[in-house]
Amino acid sequence: MIQARGLTKRYGHRTAVDHADFTVRPGHVTGFLGPNGAGKSTTMRMILGLDRPTSGDVTVGGRRYPELGAPLREVGALLDAKAVHPGRSARNHLRCLAQSNGIPERRVDEVLALVGLESVAGKPSRGFSLGMGQRLGIAAALLGDPPVLMFDEPVNGLDPEGILWIRNLMRNLAAEGRTVFVSSHLMSEMALTADHLVVIGRGRILADTGMRDFIDANATSHVLVRTPQAGHLGPLLAARDWRVEVEADQALRVYGASADQIGDVAADHGFRLHELSPVQPSLEEAFMQLTGDTVEYHAGGPARPAAGSGDGPPAAGGGLPQAPPPPPPTIGDDLHGGGHRA
Amino acid sequence: MSTATTATAGTAEPDPGRPRASFADVLRSEWTKIITVPSTFWTLLAGSLVVIGFSVLWAFAFTSTYDQLSPDARADVAPTSPMQIAFYFGMVIFGVLGVLVVTAEYTTGMMRTSLTAVPRRPVYLAAKALVLGGVVLVVGEAVSFLSFFLSQAVLATKDISGSLGDPGVLRAVAGGGVYLALIALMALGIGVIVRHTAGAVVVVFIVLFVLGIVGGFLPGQWGETVAKYLPSNAGSAILVPVEQSGVLPPWQGLAVFALYTAVVCAAALAVFQSRDA
Repeated sequence: MIQARGLTKRYGHRTAVDHADFTVRPGHVTGFLGPNGAGKSTTMRMILGLDRPTSGDVTVGGRRYPELGAPLREVGALLDAKAVHPGRSARNHLRCLAQSNGIPERRVDEVLALVGLESVAGKPSRGFSLGMGQRLGIAAALLGDPPVLMFDEPVNGLDPEGILWIRNLMRNLAAEGRTVFVSSHLMSEMALTADHLVVIGRGRILADTGMRDFIDANATSHVLVRTPQAGHLGPLLAARDWRVEVEADQALRVYGASADQIGDVAADHGFRLHELSPVQPSLEEAFMQLTGDTVEYHAGGPARPAAGSGDGPPAAGGGLPQAPPPPPPTIGDDLHGGGHRA
Repeated sequence: MSTATTATAGTAEPDPGRPRASFADVLRSEWTKIITVPSTFWTLLAGSLVVIGFSVLWAFAFTSTYDQLSPDARADVAPTSPMQIAFYFGMVIFGVLGVLVVTAEYTTGMMRTSLTAVPRRPVYLAAKALVLGGVVLVVGEAVSFLSFFLSQAVLATKDISGSLGDPGVLRAVAGGGVYLALIALMALGIGVIVRHTAGAVVVVFIVLFVLGIVGGFLPGQWGETVAKYLPSNAGSAILVPVEQSGVLPPWQGLAVFALYTAVVCAAALAVFQSRDA
């Protein structure tokens, strides 16, 4: 279990991590999501005692990292795949680490086999590809058979087979009751692997919640409606307090109504429907909704104020339904403004 | 869990359920680290070849010019003279090894891996220093004695060789290995502070090589006193068998150099402790 309380890191005037509170529990794969520069790596370094928090603290299994007697037996971490002396062989790299924590040396060959590096174990790591470096880093993390594992961008540089392997590895580790904390910017990968999420933006924890709850809370499912009479059906649906957006191709996105309800309304008024499909939001959509305003560096245009700007915890936690995000132009608005948008 | 936390708060009580790595474990790990990178071997080989080779070369230089020297100049030639000069050229290489064992970890990112394995930084640094000091002490003694014996073989052709039994010679030769070990430790401290290989090597070079030369140009009595206490002048006093003017007494000189080393290492530990890795 990893527990952060008021964890803060400032570099001069820049606040990299701002009063972060979160808990990473055993038995789950917890994804650590955030845009670049949001504070993910800084947070992970503070968990490992590499960076000292400006204030607050973070514990692993109830203790601060530097207090752990044999840390590799309690926490395994993959931070930077190439954090290896290039002149040292993979096996010797792992032997150094094993010895420093009193881990039996036969474990070195076990983890080498586990990650599939036995054939190159005696070669200097300077010749390793990014994927091999990543596997060596994972071997190092597994060395002490620790109950807590942390991976920073573990699928970087892995081929599809390697990605599948690490996804299954992380799931199995969690299924064994271990705590697995994994950061990634690859949303689709995270959606497949993680079942719990800690979301960070501009150093602040925006959500600490289950995957499903997070998506439900931050992205609204909608129903896609195609009809040749969109200009008539749209206002009719909007009049029922359902939010209706018009796509460029005249398809309607209807929020707050089920497909059944919309179908019934259409039938009652004799509209022809060409498509009526409920759309489940993706993790990516939910993430973009939540952090769209907190991305440090927008592609063009000045950054807008932070989401949920001001005080109080962001409302996303606990999976409470949120007010729908500020809408694109809706039929309702258009009616007031007069005329439809194309 | 909640019942266990009462024992873990503050008091570092060893918990039978939690294994604890010992200092010996960390030492063994640092030993494996230093012997499993090729640069250790090459640096030690280069340092040894330069010191031993220059000792022999200077012994040849002395013997070939000995007949032309004035009686005064002849009196200045001691059995340890060739190795004294050779040390001046070769010692920086042992400093490079001291720099490399730590800057190689910084430049490759290995430092973060190392500190997640051994988060108590004074323990990590102490183990590293002990292993480095031990390795350079053993190699340094071998180099020092080999330099002495080989150069004596050459000096013997002009009957100006000495033996370990002569006054102060054993101290000078044995002290040479200790001096090299201290140089490596000082360089380790500089490496921790500077973190970059090239920068740290330049600092070591200035401290050990350039300062000693600059000291020779300082004017007056004041300049001579300062020159005596410059790091490489103080340290190499141990290589002088019989006390000379313009040089600190041997043990005192080595003690001054050891003090500089201790100060550098203490400063290194202080910044190492407070800095983010």
